[in-house]
Amino acid sequence: MNNQYYISAHCSISNNLVSYNNEVVFEGAEQDIAGFLLSVYQHLGIKYPKFYKMDNLAKLGWLATEVLLKDFDKTKYQPTDIGVVLTNAGSSLDADKRYYDSVQDIASPALFVYTLPNIVIGEICIRHHFKGENAFYIFERFNADFISSYVSVLLEPGQLQACICGWVEMTATGYKAVLFLIEKEGATPFTTENINKIYSTANG
Amino acid sequence: MDKLIADLKEQIIEQLNLQDVKPEDIGDDQPLFGDGLGLDSIDALELIVLLQQKYKVKLSNAEDGPKIFRSVRTIAEFIESNKIPNA
Repeated sequence: MNNQYYISAHCSISNNLVSYNNEVVFEGAEQDIAGFLLSVYQHLGIKYPKFYKMDNLAKLGWLATEVLLKDFDKTKYQPTDIGVVLTNAGSSLDADKRYYDSVQDIASPALFVYTLPNIVIGEICIRHHFKGENAFYIFERFNADFISSYVSVLLEPGQLQACICGWVEMTATGYKAVLFLIEKEGATPFTTENINKIYSTANG
Repeated sequence: MDKLIADLKEQIIEQLNLQDVKPEDIGDDQPLFGDGLGLDSIDALELIVLLQQKYKVKLSNAEDGPKIFRSVRTIAEFIESNKIPNA
């Protein structure tokens, strides 16, 4: 636990803004969440048809990761060296409600597969071929203490070399993603104080 | 049959959220899975729901799935041969 790790990049998506390392990289004009997420996807210029099939939570986490990793050279690591640890308060409740509505008629298999929050991690790992440790935890609110201590343990020698971690929350009326890329080199120390500060100032 | 095939292409695009695909991009005999349109197992389940909801046709034997869902034309043939009159 005495090793020092660093926040090598961070990304936030909330309030119709996408930020990368405190710099706004996209501002959307759409009023609805789905429209905003689609506009971010189109802005990034990526062709990934599976995106359209994801629920809003998976789209949010997937897009935040795309921005987070835009300068990341993953070839310096093995797939098993890179982990993902995400948290939120509402689990997959947005997809759960949509699925519940669909079962009034014929249940939708495509909705059902997103009725677990860790599916967003699966979408990220499929996209980037990550095979390291991953986990999704539910907290009432952003828990910087937990993230800093848990991810630090995962980064101890002989385990992960890099970890994507943070908060990805999607409700019917709101959303917020704040993700951090943690590595063994960088400028900003990976501390509870620093990730709390970044989270609390993310996009206003 | 041609009208059913054209209708099916639009329904498949809508049901499976294939937003980058246009009806004319899907060949009548093009494989829907694997190297063809690239659909996956969840898409197969959605196609079963589509047949049931839109065309009132049920797939009673799952082992027939690969043959029925090979292409848009084979799905259309299955609907034609299994539809309930005046349904």
